Formats: sequence, C-alpha cells, structure tokens
Amino acid sequence: MLRQFKLPDVGEGLTEGEILQWLVAVGDTVTVNQPLCEVETAKAAVELPSPYAGTVTALLHDAGSTVDVGTPIITIDVGGDAAPAPTGDGGETADGAGGEEVAAGLIGGAAPGGRTAVLVGYGPRNTEARRRPRRAAHAAPAPAPAADYGSGGQDRPPLLATAPDATAKPVRHGGLEVGRQAEAHAAAEAAAPSRAAEHGHRRPRPLAKPPVRKLAKDLGVDLTALTGSGDGGVITRADVHAAAAGPSAASVTELRPVPAATAGEQRIPVKGVRKHTAAAMVASAFTAPHVTEFLTVDVTRMLKLRSRIAARPEFAGVKVSPLLFVAKALLLAAGRHPMVNSSWDEAAQEIVVHGQVNLGIAAATPRGLVVPNVKDAGRLSLAELAGALAQLTETARAGRTAPEDMTGGTITITNVGVFGVDTGTPILNPGESAILAFGAIRELPWVHKGKVRPRQVTQLALSFDHRIIDGELGSRFLADVGALLSDPGTALAF
Amino acid sequence: MSVSSATEVVDPVPGAGAPHLPRQPDLVQLLTPEGERVEHPDYAIDLDDQQLRELYRDLVLVRRWDVEATALQRQGELGIWASLLGQEAAQVGAGRALQPGDTAFPTYREHGVAWTRGVDPLHVISLFRGVDNGGWDPVATGFNLYTVVIGAQCLHATGYAMGVQRDGSETAVLAFLGDGATSQGEVNEAMIWAASFSAPVVFFCQNNQYAISVPLERQSRVPLYQRAAGFGFPGVRVDGNDVLAVLAVTRAALVAARDGQGPTFIEAFTYRMGAHTTSDDPTRYRLASELEEWKLRDPIARVKAYLSRSGTADQDFFDAVEAEADELAVRIRRGTTEMPDPPGTAMFDQVYAEQTPHLAAQQAQFEAYQASFGEASE
Repeated sequence: MLRQFKLPDVGEGLTEGEILQWLVAVGDTVTVNQPLCEVETAKAAVELPSPYAGTVTALLHDAGSTVDVGTPIITIDVGGDAAPAPTGDGGETADGAGGEEVAAGLIGGAAPGGRTAVLVGYGPRNTEARRRPRRAAHAAPAPAPAADYGSGGQDRPPLLATAPDATAKPVRHGGLEVGRQAEAHAAAEAAAPSRAAEHGHRRPRPLAKPPVRKLAKDLGVDLTALTGSGDGGVITRADVHAAAAGPSAASVTELRPVPAATAGEQRIPVKGVRKHTAAAMVASAFTAPHVTEFLTVDVTRMLKLRSRIAARPEFAGVKVSPLLFVAKALLLAAGRHPMVNSSWDEAAQEIVVHGQVNLGIAAATPRGLVVPNVKDAGRLSLAELAGALAQLTETARAGRTAPEDMTGGTITITNVGVFGVDTGTPILNPGESAILAFGAIRELPWVHKGKVRPRQVTQLALSFDHRIIDGELGSRFLADVGALLSDPGTALAF
Repeated sequence: MSVSSATEVVDPVPGAGAPHLPRQPDLVQLLTPEGERVEHPDYAIDLDDQQLRELYRDLVLVRRWDVEATALQRQGELGIWASLLGQEAAQVGAGRALQPGDTAFPTYREHGVAWTRGVDPLHVISLFRGVDNGGWDPVATGFNLYTVVIGAQCLHATGYAMGVQRDGSETAVLAFLGDGATSQGEVNEAMIWAASFSAPVVFFCQNNQYAISVPLERQSRVPLYQRAAGFGFPGVRVDGNDVLAVLAVTRAALVAARDGQGPTFIEAFTYRMGAHTTSDDPTRYRLASELEEWKLRDPIARVKAYLSRSGTADQDFFDAVEAEADELAVRIRRGTTEMPDPPGTAMFDQVYAEQTPHLAAQQAQFEAYQASFGEASE
C-alpha cells in the first residue's frame, strides 16, 4: 500500500518550505522516524522524520524546490494490501484496511463515530490544500458526499483511492478548479498526484457562506459560474440548487485534461506587449552585434544644478529629474557624434544617419515594456524636454501611448536606476544603434580634489551596434555624456 | 539547610566552562558526569538499588517520550512541541522529590515532572495537538495544568501555597520556571509575596542557559541563585544534570517548606540540548561546540555508568528499559494519531463551572450554524 507524506507545518503558521536535500532515494527501505529530507522554512532548517516504515517509491519534489505545506513530498510503500478498498461512509479506508502498519502506528480501532480524524495533522489534510486558490487538488467523485467532509478520514488513503473511479463525474469544488485534472488523474500512475497539484487560474473568490460552499461542492456546482441572488451578490443555497438542477454540460465540457505540468508551474500565454517585446529583443539581439561599455560618473554637480534649475520660474510645474539631464547630455553628445544616431539598412546596404533625434525612453508599464519616443528632441529647450518626458511616461503608464509615438525612435535611454539597480547591458531597440542605461545614483566615498568625499555617483552603460559604431566612437560618445553629467558647464564647449 | 554562599571556587564540573558567567560558584553535585558518586557537606542521599534503577528508567522513558513527540511534530501530528532534551535529570529529580500531597505548578516543558506525577503522556500530547487544554486532573495528580505565559505559574503557585498555609496542611508547593522567566515581573512579585508570607513554596528554576535565543548573561549579572538573597530566602545552585543532587536538594527545600521555614530558590544548572520549541532553530544563536560540551555532561549517561560500575544494574536491565521505551514510543505514536477530535462545542464546556446565559446563547447559535451544514453532508 502506498502512503504519501505531506509537507507539515513544522513551525507555527508556516505556509511553505524548501527541500534542501533528500536523505533517502527511491528504493530505499525506511523505518519510522528515519530522517527523509531536510527542509528549510522561514524559521528553521529541520529534518523531517518518516511517519511510515516501508520502501520509498517516489520523491515527488526535487531538492531545491519550494513546496507548499500540505503538498505530498514522498510516496512510501508500506506493504499490505495493494489495492485500496473504496472509501466508505466517512471511513478510514487505507488505515483500516492494512494490517501491516503497526510500525507506522496508524492502525487500530476507529475512534468514536468511526473517525480517526486528526486536528492538527496538516500533512494528511486535503482540505488545507484546497483552500489555496492557486492549486488544484485531486477530484473526488461527486456522488459520495459523505466521504468528503468533516472527518479527516478521506485524507488518509493515498490519492489513488479515488482515482480509479473513472465513471465519476469530475467536479469543481467550492469555486476552485479542482476537477480539471480528473481524467488525466484516473489514468495516471502512482506519481500522478504531484501533477495534480497544477495551478489553477486566479479568479475572484465568489461570495458564499461556508454551508453553501459545502453544498456546492457536494453537488458539483462551480460557484464562480454563478451570480448570487442574495444581498451584495452573495450566492445562496437556492442559487446552488438551481444551478445543480439546470444543464451542467457547459461545465463538464470544460474539463479537458491540460498538458502535463509540474507542480508550481504556471503557464502564461505569450501575447500583447510580451509577444512584441520578445520578437523585438530576438530581432535585435541576433542581428546587431552588441558591445556594451561602462562609465562611473560623479554627478554631484549635476544634482546641484538640478536644484537650481528646478527653482527657476519656467520650470514650475514640470518634473526636473536626473533623467532629464541624462537625456539632455545624450542629445548634446549625439550632436557631436551624429553616427550614433543612425540605422543599419540591410536591404539597401546603407547606413542611415538620421537628421533628427527621436529620443526613446524605455518605460515599465502594467502591460509590460514600451519604448515611446520624443520626436526631434534635439530641438527642444530643457523645459520643453522636461514636459515632453513627463507626458511621455505618464501616457505610457496609463497604457495610452499612440502607435506613432512608439515608432521612428533613433536612440534610447533606459532608466534602470529607478529600480535601484547600478547598471546593466541593455539590448538595442530594433533599428537603432545605441542605447544608454542610467543606473541608480548612490552616495559613495569618492576621490574629489585629492580627498575622499561622499559624492553622488552613478553608472552609465552604453550598448551600441558594432556594425556602425566602432569602439572609439562609442567610447568618445559615452565619455562626452559622462563629462556633461559630472561637469554640466562643459556644455558650453559643445 | 545552608545557603551555598558564593565560594569563589572555580568548579571543574558543569557550568565551569560556561563562557558567560565570570565566576562560577559551587554546584551541588552527588554524581559526576563520569558517573562517580561524590559527597556534599550539606546534601546527602541514600537510595537503594531499586530506587536508583527506577530513576534511570524514568530518565530513559521520559527522553524517549520527548524524542517521539518531536518526531510527531515534524510529521504534522502536533502543532508544536517543547522538548526537554537534556533537562531530564532536573525534572525527574525534582518530580521524585515531591510527596503525594504536594502540588507542582509547571511551565510547558515539564514533561518529566508530569511523568513522575503519573500523568499519561498522551494527556500532555493532546494539549500540543490542539485537542484539549491538558487532559489530566490537576487535583488528583498534584500537577497543575501547563502554563504557557512565561512566569505566570509562580504567582499561581505562591497563591496556592498561601492557601495551603491557611488550611494548615503540611504539604508543599513546587513552582517551576526557566532562567528567562526570572526577568518577568510576576516571578519577582511571586517571590516577594512568598517571602513576606513565608509561603511553603519552592521555586525550581531550570537554568537551561537560554531564554529562547537570549543567553543568560544578557539577563543577569549575577548567578541566578544569588538573587534569592535579595528576596530574603535561601538560594542554591545544583547540577541540573545530576538526578541525585537535584533530588536531594529539592527534597531538602520541600522539607523546609513543609516545616514552615518558607521558600527556597533552586537553580538547576542544566542545558537545553534541543530547540526551544519545534518552531525554533538553535543553530542560529549558539555554537555546535557548546552542545558537544554539554553532551559530555549528559544526565542519563552518568547514571548508566554509575549503575554498571557499581553493579547495581546489568545489561538485561538496560535492555529491558530500552524495550519498554520502544513500547512507550509505539503507544504514544498510535495514541496520538488515533486521538479523536473534540466536538466543535467542546470549547464551551469548560469555560465556567456554570455556563452563563450569554455563553449558552453563543453555543446554541454555533450549534445551529453547524447544523446548517447537515442538509448537504448527511
């Protein structure tokens, strides 16, 4: 007989643990209390002793994986009956059936009421797992409600105990998608329960009282598909009965097996901005040979200038950010080195040097990465540029960037510093030949006028297309940007 | 009995190597870590062979119970477990010093004392499984229910002792506490009351060196037993891993209490070899070398060594105790997993001797709520 050991809550109120290492392997014979694995939780690293004596038949999670409390982690064959008897009326099938479990300490007469339920046995409880909206548990046959509630009885037998009943209609439990795996499960082998822990989609929890949830679960009604008729949209007992009486074909046809997935895995369709981003990155990374150079810059003076400028009347109401100065420095430097503002035209076998700078700003939005650009940014005054940047990012974050604002870019800035990151190796926006990454500004000890002083320091990283831009040009351009930021007065010389 | 005045002798036995106490005073010791019987000028003990073997059996069975309970917690069968590993001698020695009419007020770790009072291990485990609040009868066993609030039981014990005093009963009260509890207000309050009324209470402090993760030197600038002098009653430090010394010292203190000489503070110098509870990871705040050092002072090994060396017990006896421990472990495991859940209404049963109308209404409401599941489930 196969027994599963579920990850218990070894602390107080822990929800998950990481399996650091397995101390047993498939085929090993284990005794009660023999250490099985080492688990690290938020509180401690502990060894889990085996509750069973027998032979290890499966390790359900690899070392290094993080497992939710209540998830089976190991299967142990404890001998005895090979085929578990069908679950009876709240009965304790597996425990009662096997006579070989003296060592496991789990046999014996049933407790009063035919129950051998446990109160804190986190491990054995399926109900614990079901409460988590992210995960689907195995399907229980709908017509056997009594076996499904209250006692921990049905929790004890291996999950396979319910699986062979292929005639049972898969159901959804309490609004959670627990039935999706039902068909696959029925055909599955002993290791199947780990696959059954596939994540369902997140969805809002329907409003219903616990007794109504229980009723819905027993009748196989999906609460998420109902509209509540009670106050505030609460689903009532009558709603559930009505749904159970009506056609249920719709919910049944949905219950197709999904591709086998391992526990903890989530599958997200590639679409929208993600799809676009992926295509653009692949196109860029595998056509333009990237070179990235780095420069660390003392921007203390730039920040002082920023304070003075922000106080000027024409800048009232606009955000004077460090990014604004980086953009201005880039525009000035690009004026000196027009080749960085160019494109490779593969078809025509020409390098296109653009007449104006359409400055792209990479923006993280709720929908993903977008790179809108400021058209002819080189002609804008500092105040106009500040306004344009603010509007650009605001529009992008609101998801309202017009398509024409996202095309025609000629050079890009990505502000990774806002995420607290020092630097990176940015990938070119397709069609452009340079991109500048602007890191976090940090107060660091820095040699200034021969003494170590706390100074405001940042890192710049420039990636460029080596087909167009040689190391010399790239270096000069980056050095100019850096010089303008460390000593803004240099701009007078440009 | 004499107060062990701080003789500034550095003792080569347990406690001497503890890094946090600058000067280690005398420990009362009757059995060295190597299992050699030694004499002490103030404390003597004379046990027959049978009694010695019984003490050994107590120690082994209590440890086995503790190990099994820790495993059961790791298997999800208990919500939490507070291990006594390493403190068996302190608890068994103190527990066996009690007379039948005496009353003990435990913390939540006194499984060894529970054992000596005849409390069924499963009645203790049911508490840690969340089935009840302790399954034993405190009056019949002379062992009060576990107290989780740190130090609160010292007030209960002192109040109880004052009651015993007023009843004219010639019994004593044994209050258990840990080193961390000595920093609690109610412990100090209890000692002041006990001293003021010369209450027949003995404060038995198991100094296991850590208040969860806080080492003793962060809590006290003086050895704990010296604090008793400030309250005006005797304080004595005993080797908490020496069951004979603990038994002798506790007996003497209880006799003094029964004779109307008032309270005594006993500091049983010991070491918690396991975690504070199963939710704790001691490797985060103490070194493995410290544990190894204390393993050499194991409370059971020294008794076994003494029994074999003196010919008091043979291998058959040790094997029999081992077999009994195995049986106990199986019984505990089976009893735990088969423990029935209490009905949902059990929480209303033991709040008041006579239920209040308000509570009765709540219970009726709860029963109706539970019954509303009925339509679907049965």
